[in-house]
Amino acid sequence: MNKKYMKFGLLTVAILGVLGWLAIDGIGGSKTYYKTVKEVSDMGASAQEKRLRVGGDVVSNSIIRDNKGEVHFTLVWEGTKMNVVYTGNEPLPDTFKDGSQALADGKLYPDGVFHATKIQAKCASKYEAKPAVANPATHASS
Amino acid sequence: MENIGALCILLAFCFAVYAILSSVIGKIAKRPFLVTSGERAVYSIWVLLTVAAGILIYALIQGDFRMAYVVGHSNRTMSTVYKFTSWWGGQEGSLLLWSWLLSTYSCVVVFQNRKKFREMMPYVTAVLMTTLGFFLLLISFVVSPFQVLMAGKGIIDAGDGQGLNPLLQYWTMVIHPPMLYLGYVGFSVPFAFAIGSLITKQPGEAWIHVTRRWTLVTWMFQTTGILLGAGWAYAVLGWGGYWGWDPVENASLLPWITATAFLHSVMMQEKKGMMKVWNMVLVSSTFFLCIFGTFLTRSGVVQSVHAFAQSPLGKYFVTFLAIGIAGVVYLILNRLDFLKSESQLESVLSRESSFLFNNLILLASCFAVLWGTLFPVITEAVIGEKVSVDAPFFNRVNIPIGLGLMLLTGVGPLIAWRKSSFESLKKAFAAPLIAGVLVAVGLFAAGVRHFYALMSLLLCTFVAVTIAIEFYKGGRAIATKSGQNLIAAMIELTHRNTRRYGGYLVHMGIVFMFIGFTGKAFDKDATFELAPGKSAQIGNYKLSLTDFISGQTPDYRWGKLEISVSKNGENLGTVQPERRFYTVSQQPTSEVSIRRRLNEDLYLNFAGSTDDGSATVVQAYVFPLVSWIWIGYWVVLSGTLICLVPNKQKLIYPRTEVVGIAGKHAQVEN
Repeated sequence: MNKKYMKFGLLTVAILGVLGWLAIDGIGGSKTYYKTVKEVSDMGASAQEKRLRVGGDVVSNSIIRDNKGEVHFTLVWEGTKMNVVYTGNEPLPDTFKDGSQALADGKLYPDGVFHATKIQAKCASKYEAKPAVANPATHASS
Repeated sequence: MENIGALCILLAFCFAVYAILSSVIGKIAKRPFLVTSGERAVYSIWVLLTVAAGILIYALIQGDFRMAYVVGHSNRTMSTVYKFTSWWGGQEGSLLLWSWLLSTYSCVVVFQNRKKFREMMPYVTAVLMTTLGFFLLLISFVVSPFQVLMAGKGIIDAGDGQGLNPLLQYWTMVIHPPMLYLGYVGFSVPFAFAIGSLITKQPGEAWIHVTRRWTLVTWMFQTTGILLGAGWAYAVLGWGGYWGWDPVENASLLPWITATAFLHSVMMQEKKGMMKVWNMVLVSSTFFLCIFGTFLTRSGVVQSVHAFAQSPLGKYFVTFLAIGIAGVVYLILNRLDFLKSESQLESVLSRESSFLFNNLILLASCFAVLWGTLFPVITEAVIGEKVSVDAPFFNRVNIPIGLGLMLLTGVGPLIAWRKSSFESLKKAFAAPLIAGVLVAVGLFAAGVRHFYALMSLLLCTFVAVTIAIEFYKGGRAIATKSGQNLIAAMIELTHRNTRRYGGYLVHMGIVFMFIGFTGKAFDKDATFELAPGKSAQIGNYKLSLTDFISGQTPDYRWGKLEISVSKNGENLGTVQPERRFYTVSQQPTSEVSIRRRLNEDLYLNFAGSTDDGSATVVQAYVFPLVSWIWIGYWVVLSGTLICLVPNKQKLIYPRTEVVGIAGKHAQVEN
């Protein structure tokens, strides 16, 4: 009787142990810190050690595609700017354009340029559309 | 109009509160007329919500641009179908859809059981109406779909609206949200019956028998919804992914996982009277995860590509969840005596044990996904920094889990109840295992070195062969007895025990899906700059740009590439990836071209032009085996539908029946 439950217990512990180890290992391998552009510039050199996800608005007319297929642009958040170069191989999302909100995943290099391997973008007006009324401040939507 | 709509919702809310009170008071004070009156309130709510939904749809189609919701999600130029579907294009409307669906389900439940289960029905009604009341509270007082645009005290007519996001103007996206909602909402019914039976201490497993079809149907809708979302992402988003472990995707997966665990573990309760507490926990977890999923999509608590704006709904959902979970936990603890198990586990090598481990790893997967999804919220609370984990984390944990599940899918249905021996296992599984190993060895010899891919295809073969043998053996037995041909005999076999053979078909569908997922290990991609007349190579495919055409419609400007494709020198014709630029929303979208074949898809995306305009940028991908995911879905769907068909003759399951070839063998040994 006890031996049987021992077997169950051991199998369960073994399965959960392996999965737990995979999970902890997986977290270590893919954890990314959410920061705003401002916070990254405040972190100084320590920002270079971590994988970061930086959110901000894409500065208008800052998007430049160079001949190596890399895309350069500038993110701005509350007045602080950061230069970003996108080196990933997935196509940039269609919603990524001047003025859109973007999340860039990657690392800050010593030259102060953020090398992003993944970009997510949402067009400020889309998904949850703000009504395009002349005076949005007074409309009654919550 | 909008006032009538808002009034309908408000009245529906009051009726829901009335239905809760009159059902429960009627039951406790033994006043049957109050219970009946509560049931009638359920029908009235459906009428009220139908009117409200009708008004909203009418406003969307007619273009009543005084209403905030219409301005936000409809416009003058969209086709009527998309105007209709903008009903669930935004937060307020989709909450109305939620409520309407739940009220429809509630009507069906109340009507079906108007003469049955008089003991527990009042509580079933009360649970359903509490859930509905919560959603009606939100759309009456917090986010009304009937809000008009105001400037000071005057109503503004905006003239035209923003329209539905062009990315969402695609047929799968039209039915994806209603399907998911049908699944999410539907789980309220088994939950309500479980709670009703718990409160009234119903003897036996009445609630499981009543809700078996509900559970299957809602599971089917959830599966459909998830796969539609995946199919949409694959065909529309332009990078050929179908699953990105995005928080909102995870939110739809979580209740699906617990629902799947529930579908399996109820068999333990039906046949052995075991795991009663566990089933209560599973059905409640599924229900709360459905609510949690709605919360996650609607509150902006976790950043997501689907991100809806931050909204004030979060605290309401948290309150509802907290009260609900506390109530259910109290109820289960209070009724522990009533939920005592009727038999015990006897061996690690038994059907019971395979169910147990199936549940264990499904729940582990659910927990890992939940943990990963909420990781930013947890780390922010604990260390004050938001830290997220990405796809690599989820894949790392879930791929081994998936493989383990696949193994159990093969072993579980054939292993004997109570106790099995290694000898009988050897007999049952030798052939499938040899087939699996042969496939893996063959692939290894052909140069495949990806460990998980080899394991996955080995297990897929193993499971497919076990299922095929089951059908063949049963079919042959009938064929020799009745003289039918083998195919007719297999259909007869399935009809005799729809639940078992339908279940096998579902498993077969899952095998196909796993084959499709495994293809991901062999993806190829490349980005080309193609000038007219130039060509490029990806895998065995040669792509040559022959022409570039462009034009304009009222909604968007478009450019199309004509690319002629050849494979190993054989001409395969031309494909036309297209790029559109929607004028109203100032948003570009890609209409990728996909050449779908069973062995691999060729997927081309027209990504834009080089800055000097001399060449076009084309992203090319080869996705092996991806079609098997969609084929697998259709097999799962037909298997589930077969499970819903009643057996030709009613089968009676004695509690300790021994099923399967391994089981028969074990019987002989006894």
